[in-house]
Formats: sequence, C-alpha cells, structure tokens
Amino acid sequence: MGMTMTQKILAAHAGLDKVKAGQLIMADLDLVLGNDITSPVAIKEFQKVGVKEVFDRSKVAIVPDHFTPNKDIKSAEQCKFIREFAREKEIENYFEVGEMGIEHALIPEKGLVVSGDVVIGADSHTCTYGALGAFSTGVGSTDMAAGMAIGKAWFKVPEAIKFVLKGSLPKWVSGKDVILHIIGMIGVDGALYQSMEYTGPGVASLSMDDRFTIANMAIEAGAKNGIFEVDEKTIEYMKEHSTKEYTIYKADEDAEYTREIEIDLSTLRPTVAFPHLPENTRVIDEVGDIPVDQVVIGSCTNGRIEDLRVAAKILKGNKVKKGVRTIIFPATQKIYLQAMKEGLLEIFIEAGAAVSTPTCGPCLGGHMGILAAGERAVATTNRNFVGRMGHPESEVYLASPAVAAASAITGKISSPEEVVK
Amino acid sequence: MKGTVIKYGDNIDTDVIIPARYLNTSNIEELAAHCMEDLDKDFVNKVKPGDIMVAGKNFGCGSSREHAPAVIKAAGISCVIAETFARIFYRNAINIGLPIMECPEAAKDIENGDQVSVDIYTGVITNITKGKTYQGTPFPEFMQEIMKAGGLVNYVKEKGE
Repeated sequence: MGMTMTQKILAAHAGLDKVKAGQLIMADLDLVLGNDITSPVAIKEFQKVGVKEVFDRSKVAIVPDHFTPNKDIKSAEQCKFIREFAREKEIENYFEVGEMGIEHALIPEKGLVVSGDVVIGADSHTCTYGALGAFSTGVGSTDMAAGMAIGKAWFKVPEAIKFVLKGSLPKWVSGKDVILHIIGMIGVDGALYQSMEYTGPGVASLSMDDRFTIANMAIEAGAKNGIFEVDEKTIEYMKEHSTKEYTIYKADEDAEYTREIEIDLSTLRPTVAFPHLPENTRVIDEVGDIPVDQVVIGSCTNGRIEDLRVAAKILKGNKVKKGVRTIIFPATQKIYLQAMKEGLLEIFIEAGAAVSTPTCGPCLGGHMGILAAGERAVATTNRNFVGRMGHPESEVYLASPAVAAASAITGKISSPEEVVK
Repeated sequence: MKGTVIKYGDNIDTDVIIPARYLNTSNIEELAAHCMEDLDKDFVNKVKPGDIMVAGKNFGCGSSREHAPAVIKAAGISCVIAETFARIFYRNAINIGLPIMECPEAAKDIENGDQVSVDIYTGVITNITKGKTYQGTPFPEFMQEIMKAGGLVNYVKEKGE
C-alpha cells in the first residue's frame, strides 16, 4: 500500500522508508512556532527541560500577534517575557510590532516554510502552511517547549481524506466558501485525527491566498493538517518568498484514503456559517434577514492582499451602513503597505471602515472589536463558538471577505451580487 | 481514580473551557477560576477534587491553548472521558499529564452525578452507581510512558539523561 503526501513527508522526517496510519513516530522539525499566548507557557516548560539553548536558532519563530500591540499591562508583561527569551536565546525569527503580522500570514511571507517541511506551532491554525505542500500542525505549549529543546515531536501517522477539486470558482466565490462548504458537509469532527489532502485539476485554478484560507481551517473540521499538491503556483510563490530548498512529495497512486470527496468548484455559492459552530453552514441564498452590528475583515484566515482587494472592489464608491462598525485588519505589515500602495486603504476609509494594524485581536475576543451581549458580527475569521468574539450572548457569523464587505454596506448578511450590479 | 461525574455535551471547545479574554496571564491557578465559565457558570463552585468530567464527541475542539487541559486539571478533575477528543487537546492532555479516556459507550451511558472509577492503563471504566463496566481505549505504551513520567517535559528530560 502506498503513502499519502503527509505520510511521505512524515516518513522522510522520521528517517523511515515507510510509515502507515496509526504508527507512532518521532519526526525532525523544520520550524517550531509560538505566539504571545502560548509561548510564555512553552518557555516556562522549556526552562524545566534543562537545556541551555534552543536546538536551532534559525528554526524557532516567535510572533507576538494575539494581544498585540499590548492591550493591557498583563499582556505587556507576557510579551516582555517572550521578548527577553528571544533575545537571550538569539532566536532569529522573532518579529516585533512594526515588522510583525498575524503569524500564519507572516511565516509564509517571510519564506520560513516550504514544501516538504515539517512544522509544529503552538497555535491551532498552524495547519495553514499545508497550502505550500508542507506538513504543518497545531500543538500545545509543551510540544513547542520540547520542540525548541530537541527539534523533534511525536506524531501518530494520520489517515487521510482525499478531496478531488474540479472546475473553477464562480465570481465572488473564494477559498473561504470552499472550506465552509467542506466543513458544512463533513462536520466539525469530520476529519478528526486525519489529513485533508487536496488534489485534482481544480487546484490549479485556486490562488495561493485561496489555498492558505482552505488549509487554515482544516482544524475546524478536526483535521491534523490540510495539504495541497504542489504545482507551478506553489513553486512560483516559494521562489518569490524563500531561499530555502524545497522537496515536493506526491501521494502514491495506491495511497489509502478513508474517503474520497469530489468537489466541482463551479457549483459553489457564497457560504455563511451560523453560530455557534463552523459546520452550521448555509449558502447565501438561504441566509434570510440577519442584521449585523459589526463587520470584521481580516485574521489568519482572510487578511491577505486578495482578501483586501475583493473587499475594496465591493466597498469602492459605497458607504458602510450607519451604525455598522466595520473593522479591517491587513494581516501583515507588507500586506498593509501593499494595500496602501494600491489605494485600498483609502477606499476603506472613504467608505467609513476603520483600518487596524495587524493583530489577531477580535477573532479570539481579545481586543480591537469585542461584542456586547446580544450583538452580532459577520466576520471573515475562523470560529463562531460561544463567546468567541466577546460576550457569551453575542453571535459570530463566518463568511468570505466579499460577503462581509457587502454586509457592511447593507447592514445585514448579504451577497456581493446584491451590492455590485 | 474515582469520582463523581460532571457531564457535558458534544463539541465542548477550548473557548468555553477557558475564554481567551483571560489569557493575558499564564497563571493556571488564576485561570482555573474561569474554567467552563461561558458554558456552566456554576462549574467552579460545584467541582470537587477527584471529580470526573464526561462529554460527547470532539471534546476540546478549537484553539491549541494548553491552558484548557491545565485548568481542568487545576480545577480538580481527575480524568476526562469522552466519545472522542479533538486532536490538539488529546496530545496536550497527555503532555501535561491530565488523564483522558476515549470511550463512546461510557460517554453515552454515564449520567451526571454517577460515581465512576477509571483505570487509564487498562482502559476499564466502572460505573459504580449503575453497576456497569465499559472498555475504553487504553493509551499506547509510548503515551503511557509520557503519562508515567508526569508529562512530556519530564519524559524528554529522562530520555536526555
């Protein structure tokens, strides 16, 4: 029996010719990542291990992005703690406010991950880098600590679901709609412990930003990782952003999958996930009348340049409905600058939206756009659990940047088709 | 381990186990006061040392925050039994030494307030109140070693020495 893409990457990093699903392995790590919430715990654990240095100063990345710019004194203390650690251990990839971004937009942009890599991050959305054909997965702080100390992590080799994509996306439909459609179909535990492997002729039609969004939300289906087959677009992206050597792994013809799901991209509609689970999806035509108090466009899921471009296309020449707080978060400084050069920020501000420095902020109910009891937001973020963006009695609806921008104009969850004639 | 059951439903996510708004500190004792707050405000008042948490499928889904298993442990819970666990929560629980057990049959049958005992090495769960036993999935040997060492850090330390 052959191996999946993920299994091949894991075998190569465990020094094995072959692995099979269920096998426990120790794998070498190409990158160990943490943020300002998970790193403080990881550093305390690292100190208990008793090693003096991290295993490789170039293979550890720490990005304070959740409660930054520091939202209060406690956050400032946590950031100070990790900053001092990064300085003391001479960690090469520590990114301070001013050069930072939301970690999962920043790490690929900085060229720190390429196809064939094994990456762990103490952040559940670390699965984002599967868009590049890497095996990357979220872990906790203790795994991060052990990873920083010995450069290895234990894994149970996952089974996989194969997604065969065909066709191309219609207008106003994006990677976000693809992944919401999939989660709606298989459920929030539909890929539990498994890989989601994307292949088929439809992959070529998806931009890298779409692929990042799709891989990013693999965790919302319970998956260990999401991974795309490498193609010319991936190679072009890596050449543009990285000097690292990459390895391309393709699944064997006879690789075993638990399920094979075919998706015709051309049939998809803008899709919205209702509270309080990402699996509660409805296509835009079945959403009904849902007024919103706030619109959030950004996050590690949808704060990339293409996301901002589509939002600007819809907001251009329009005004945000009075009373609807619209907050837009470019995911990195580079994206922010690009958006400025392209005139997107001007469009947002003219429309009546607020533009923020990069931060995870409201996505996890941290700061910069918290909801009160009874308030409702449509957001391009990734989770709509109880209390996710603020008060336990507030509501989050997940959607694409196109739907979020259209909703900002009408004040209720709307299709871009309604707004842009 | 033996204790009284506190039972919850499916898809208990790490945001309700410990809301992110409190994570501007990593002091687990301080955080434990907010354990389960958005789902069950009364949890911290009713939980007693040794109590066992039972839940449905996909327990611990969402964020990778290790603070989630840590606050459950700090609140006094001796073991979590669920139909299934979200994968990051599963490995975090092992890595920090919070005993967990997958057993769909037990998770469905056990009721709030039942007296239950668990042997995490054999996977046998006994419902003392109902006089029933269930066979859960015991940890593979490798994970048992991590648990016995008291978590991953000690395990790595022991291996290193």
